[in-house]
Amino acid sequence: MQAAVETRDLTRRFGAITAVDALTLRIEKGEVFGLLGPNGSGKTTTIRMLCGLLEPSTGSALVTGIDVTVAPEQIKQRIGYMAQKVGVYEDLTVAENLDFYAGIYGLRGGAARTRLGEVVALLALGDRLGQLAGQLSGGWKQRLALACALIHQPALLFLDEPTAGVDPAARRRFWRTIHDLAGAGTTVLVTTHYMDEAEQCARLAMMSRGHLIALGTPAEVAAQVGGRTLEDAFVILQERDEGRSN
Amino acid sequence: MPRFWPMFRKEFIQMRRDRLTFGMMIGIPVIQLLVFGYAIQTDVRNLPTVVLDESRTPESRDLIAAFQNTGNFRVVAHVDGRPALDAAIARGDAQAAIVVPYDYPRNLVRGTTATVQVIVDAADPLSSQAALNAAAGVAQLRNLAILSRAAGRTAIPVEARVRPRYNPGLRSPNYIVPGLVGVILTMTMVLITAMAIVRERERGTLEQLIVTPITKTELMLGKIAPYVGVGLMQMTAVLLLGRFVFDVPLTGNILLLYGVSLIFIIASLSLGLFVSTLVRTQQQAMQASFGFMLPNILLSGFMFPRQAMPEIAQWLGLLVPLTYFLKVVRGILLKGVGLDALWREVLILAAFAVVLIVASVRRFHKTLD
Repeated sequence: MQAAVETRDLTRRFGAITAVDALTLRIEKGEVFGLLGPNGSGKTTTIRMLCGLLEPSTGSALVTGIDVTVAPEQIKQRIGYMAQKVGVYEDLTVAENLDFYAGIYGLRGGAARTRLGEVVALLALGDRLGQLAGQLSGGWKQRLALACALIHQPALLFLDEPTAGVDPAARRRFWRTIHDLAGAGTTVLVTTHYMDEAEQCARLAMMSRGHLIALGTPAEVAAQVGGRTLEDAFVILQERDEGRSN
Repeated sequence: MPRFWPMFRKEFIQMRRDRLTFGMMIGIPVIQLLVFGYAIQTDVRNLPTVVLDESRTPESRDLIAAFQNTGNFRVVAHVDGRPALDAAIARGDAQAAIVVPYDYPRNLVRGTTATVQVIVDAADPLSSQAALNAAAGVAQLRNLAILSRAAGRTAIPVEARVRPRYNPGLRSPNYIVPGLVGVILTMTMVLITAMAIVRERERGTLEQLIVTPITKTELMLGKIAPYVGVGLMQMTAVLLLGRFVFDVPLTGNILLLYGVSLIFIIASLSLGLFVSTLVRTQQQAMQASFGFMLPNILLSGFMFPRQAMPEIAQWLGLLVPLTYFLKVVRGILLKGVGLDALWREVLILAAFAVVLIVASVRRFHKTLD
């Protein structure tokens, strides 16, 4: 079966710094895949390369079977992306934001109305449609951003630290939505700092200083360091990696 | 271009909602028009003048009245000595002085040359020029009258009949206001679009936008299109104010004027777009736009006639769109000429627009680096 994402030696340098170093990954369709790592470990750069926002320096990446370096524009209709810094227009209302992205993704007329109704229901935005996005709390803004990213029913969803600055109840609701989407066949690639969120991923990749230090289900990763908690595994593996460089 | 309209609609809503910018877009033209319209008077009239009349005769009073009648001299005071006269000019109370000596009437009668002295504060050459010309004119008229009478002629031998076409009253506003349409459009159109893309970059919405399938052309055109309407509104406001506040005649084909202005507006917006692909922050965008304004105002012939400039400045002036637009707008509004006289300028403006849009689209990359 074709993978949702397949990278081979994916590398990105910024001047002398190698942000992502020969990353080789395979993400299956319908999977919730977690990308774990401290700040500066290359998670965001990886996602940005997969979305076509940054060009890889070397290596290759296939997203839904399409090479990101060859046809980045073809990928864009099939993916949804939520950046760390939520990219909704604060001077537009919730409804205007949704209308805009529906239009940009080529939805028209009745099809657009039906789909707008669906995402509004999915993320319970019905009561907020007339409110300016800039007046929403962090949790609601994040929901709006997710709704915008989902409007064209992408096969693949990239979420870059989606729950940063969101309260625990909203985080839990957010993850329930993620699982619903995965259940319906959407592949989700999510980066996170939170261990409880990492536990909810089907598989994870741990990154440190741009490269992979562990890969597998949460239980498999924990087993690599003697079956302790994921958090222990994360700390031990990362220290081991940083020790190697010194 | 299916994604042009959503982009257009979004920009339009944002523009309308941004009260400060919207207010600026309408406020700036009105304020500029009033400031420039009233302040720029290259035809200096009513120069404050002091009079030192040493002869105090009907002849001298008659002469002083002749000076006043030119409209260039406004007598503000009579002084009774040189020191008072010098002080008035030094203080700036007066910018001109007329001195009629004791022997003025006597010399007139005798047939020797009667002199009158006119002193002008020439620190500002522009304001003194008109006074100097007027003074010479007064003397010439007197001479003619006296000589003709002596020669027993009732008509003067030669007369140059000057016909100042297109602006017979030689009024500055007639010249300044049409030019101001171009200056205001350049200023606001470039600035607004220069900010347009960097603002999205700074707010993080550009990142979200470039992961969508929108094409570069759709993005660029959708961004500038709503402001075309703003430009036309600004232009209308300036023309109406010019007509009813400054009595500027709107002679030519107004429809043609709007057509050419549309091209100029698109060229200015494209220029702003191009600036926005060169800068990374709104601050830089603003600086770049203002940096661009100055050569436009100075080299285009808006304030200073291009013919008076050194050759290199004239050449540089050919690089700014405003130069061509000024020629068109003055041509249509003042001279009432049509496309047959202005097609070259119109073509050049269109070329500016096309080249700048293409260059902006090529420079803009749908990536973050």
